[in-house]
Amino acid sequence: MTMRIGVVTFPGSLDDGDAARAVRIAGGEAVHLWHGDPNLHGVDAVVLPGGFSYGDALRCGAIARFAPVMETIADAARGGLPVLGICNGFQILCEAHLLPGALTRNQHLHFRNRDQYLRIGGAATAWTNNFADGQEILIPVKNGEGCYVADERTLDELEAEGRVVARYIRGNPNGSQRDIAAITNEAGNVVGIMPHPEHAVEALTGPSLDGLGFFTSALRHLAGTAAGGQLTGGAHR
Amino acid sequence: MARVVVDVMLKPEILDPQGQAVANALPRLGVSEVSSVRIGRRIEIEFAGEPDLDTAREIADKLLANPVIEDFSIRVEEPAGDAAQMSA
Repeated sequence: MTMRIGVVTFPGSLDDGDAARAVRIAGGEAVHLWHGDPNLHGVDAVVLPGGFSYGDALRCGAIARFAPVMETIADAARGGLPVLGICNGFQILCEAHLLPGALTRNQHLHFRNRDQYLRIGGAATAWTNNFADGQEILIPVKNGEGCYVADERTLDELEAEGRVVARYIRGNPNGSQRDIAAITNEAGNVVGIMPHPEHAVEALTGPSLDGLGFFTSALRHLAGTAAGGQLTGGAHR
Repeated sequence: MARVVVDVMLKPEILDPQGQAVANALPRLGVSEVSSVRIGRRIEIEFAGEPDLDTAREIADKLLANPVIEDFSIRVEEPAGDAAQMSA
């Protein structure tokens, strides 16, 4: 059965088309979800794409957090639904308290747009299980407010629990604390990443095909939960 | 009509690059005695009737500020006429 991965469009989303395309190239079925519709239409996972939801009015992700679809996604995420937030999606996940910390203005105040090397760590999440722990990948980064901050205790906790799932290497584009580029929640089903894996899924337009691993990871994770769900009496929603 | 003012500031331990950029520009104005600038946001909420500080606090906590990185304070703004009378 083809896994259905929802991609949310908020007013101001830019990368929903690319995210849906990445889902299809990975072998899943992309389902377009609308910010004003609280129904998830039976999707198996959700991607919150990059862009400028609600024009970044007030603060990145602050208003999207209260979108009808986000309230449903937040509940489902706490119940185990795999959710990947990319760039603005990462900001939304932090604002929704599904991930700790916050994304602030880049320390140098410049918008950064370049191909960026990352090192994958703690590779057991729903979105990174197809990578090897320590694997280096190259995907684009493009943000003005991508500087990850959290208090020292939270940062220590994230590191101790292996929840920093990607770090910037060969340069930190925005001043993120401890070079954090991506983190996950305790359960490993919610991942926020500042660079853009959905822009590195085809040789023609990306610097590599490394981004595809995030989407194939989700499909593999879902195949596992589906089988497990049947064995344990239908935990799969 | 009653106005509640919410001031949102980055927490002291959070780097404020915008404030820093302004501080760095001050010598070009000939100002050398300023050691730090921090930039925040002022929001004015107008209530139709009596000002409701509890509601204002909830709005500030849930939406206007991100408590992870920002502090906020709220206060009822006295009408300008009253303020003038008080100072007279």
